[in-house]
Amino acid sequence: MRSISFGQATVEATAAAMREDDTVVITGEDIGWGGNFGQFKGLLEEFGPKRVLDMPISEALILGSAVGAAVTGLRPIASLSFVEFTMGAMDEIVNQAAKFRYMFGGQVSVPMVVRASDGVLRSSGPQHSESFEAFFSHMPGLKVVAPSNPADAKGLLRSAIDDDDPVVYLENKKITFRRGPVPEEDYRTALGQASIARTGSDVSLITYSVMTQHALEAAQVLLEEHSVDAEVVDLRSLVPLDIDSVLRSVAKTRRAVVCHEAWTFGGFGAEIASQINEHLFGELAAPVLRVGAQSAPIAFSPPLERALVPEASEVVQAVLRTVKP
Amino acid sequence: MVDIWLSDDHELGIASLEVPVAVDFKDIETSLEAYRKLLLIRTFEETLEALFAKGKIPGFVHTYIGQEAIAVGVCTNLRTDDYVTSTHRGHGHAIAKGIDLNGLMAEVFGKVTGICKGRGGSMHVADFSKGILGANGIVAAGTVIAAGAGLSIQTREEDQVVICFFGDGGINKGTVHEAMNFCSVKKLPVVFVCENNQYAQFTSRKLTTSVSDLSVRGVAYGMSTESVDGNNLVEVVEVSRRAIDNAREGLGPTLVVADTYRFGGHYVGDPQAYRSEDEVNESRRRDPLLLFENYLELHGLADSDRFELEKETISKLVNKAVMFAEQSDYPEAHTATDYVFTDLIEGRQ
Repeated sequence: MRSISFGQATVEATAAAMREDDTVVITGEDIGWGGNFGQFKGLLEEFGPKRVLDMPISEALILGSAVGAAVTGLRPIASLSFVEFTMGAMDEIVNQAAKFRYMFGGQVSVPMVVRASDGVLRSSGPQHSESFEAFFSHMPGLKVVAPSNPADAKGLLRSAIDDDDPVVYLENKKITFRRGPVPEEDYRTALGQASIARTGSDVSLITYSVMTQHALEAAQVLLEEHSVDAEVVDLRSLVPLDIDSVLRSVAKTRRAVVCHEAWTFGGFGAEIASQINEHLFGELAAPVLRVGAQSAPIAFSPPLERALVPEASEVVQAVLRTVKP
Repeated sequence: MVDIWLSDDHELGIASLEVPVAVDFKDIETSLEAYRKLLLIRTFEETLEALFAKGKIPGFVHTYIGQEAIAVGVCTNLRTDDYVTSTHRGHGHAIAKGIDLNGLMAEVFGKVTGICKGRGGSMHVADFSKGILGANGIVAAGTVIAAGAGLSIQTREEDQVVICFFGDGGINKGTVHEAMNFCSVKKLPVVFVCENNQYAQFTSRKLTTSVSDLSVRGVAYGMSTESVDGNNLVEVVEVSRRAIDNAREGLGPTLVVADTYRFGGHYVGDPQAYRSEDEVNESRRRDPLLLFENYLELHGLADSDRFELEKETISKLVNKAVMFAEQSDYPEAHTATDYVFTDLIEGRQ
């Protein structure tokens, strides 16, 4: 199979959706030139400026107008370059997009996708390095997708655009350039279905987005150096959450480490750990552990950035604590 | 008189009765239809005040009393497929745009027969089948939503228009800047109607706003602007028609500033420590309902007997809506998580 980048895979999904449905439009910051990660490359040329809109740097407008467009016949994809920029439009995401269907008694749905790049990449500094999936997942009414590889990026984005509810689609910066095998044909990957990225028997690594890649690296090290066979569960979407796949895996391995790049404290991992405890408490061989960032803004200086945010070695350390008490 | 909110030529509305009026406002049926709408909003809101005082309505209620001529005047020019975005003080806009009265009343009661099935309440009434994109509890949130509806119209190559109602409190929000700039640069069919009712919640506009003539805010975005006596229905119809026609013809957005006065407090029960009784009483001399009655009498379109007759009819209509709401059931507890998503989310709990 050919290999393309995560960014290119999202272009294919967007273009396929736009070819199929004239009401799909893409709006946002710096779309026309192709985007920071090439994630919009060629869209303006194919679909023209009426459907590929470069917006003012007005985040509330970008997301608020997506809500207005979504309830009046379009299916907008609204993109903000970095996830931190959603903070200038939290009212539009939280009070409008997420609530319209509910507070208007089901009269409308809000078929829109919010795209934003998140995560750490080479000293981007405190306002361009963070991961906010915990905010979005906390809000009833939002679906949240965080793919870990190019093939999923394509299929999940296609499903997100199809979806009649607002979907926050998070594309991690560190993996946006990474290449992987991606089918050429148009396809969809259902939201709410985790994938078992690696099967194993000793411990379950529950993860998503870039940390899936780190967890896979960690699993290799664990097997080769510690004879520990780790299973990696890639959630792919946080809302809807495929808790059944998580519980099946943990019921088998009896040990779980939940891994994400976002802060550990109050993070999405706490939700997973709690649900595992609620369902499997008596069957666990060790406490569920979490791997995430330390509670500080993500620093600029490379050694500080590295100290705050986990990679494969932190996952290995956590697993060793669960298997060797 | 101490006129605290209008320029001299708007005093008591007498002078403004002499402005050229819309042709069809010499027509008896058109005029009476507008009168009924004014009455319907007034009666609906006064009824809510009484019901709220009796403890029959949960939450809190923001009434539109004193501002009715703006919603009615603007919406007189609209088609059913045109859109409006509204505010936390949104009952008047919804009624003027044709919301089902029983559904509206039941929603304010929190009943399952409410237009939003009791999920939204007073601050979130909406009827998408009538183009009412929702009252909104966040000040000026409707501005960017209106911009999106305008963008949708332009993309679909339709000739609908969007009315964005907001207030003098809202005009200081960043969303107004973002929306006006974008609507102007794209020439979107959006008419921004700023209802200058003098108070941003409990704080005077004069303490919070850098300009006294709010229409200059539109000039900054290269938009057409209009100022109008918001208590004079006929003037509102005239001025907003110009703006709406321009929007429909692709000439872009307009900011219409309609000066008015909020007769009630911010919400029903507001002790109103921030303004004097004299000020309120003075303003009531320019009640939009009375001004329009003057107009109808002056032009021989109706007399006081007719007014009484219409008032009786409208009261019956509102009382029926109250009965409908009171007799309706509350939503069942097991439905509390319905309508969060379009499909069932497994593993959400």
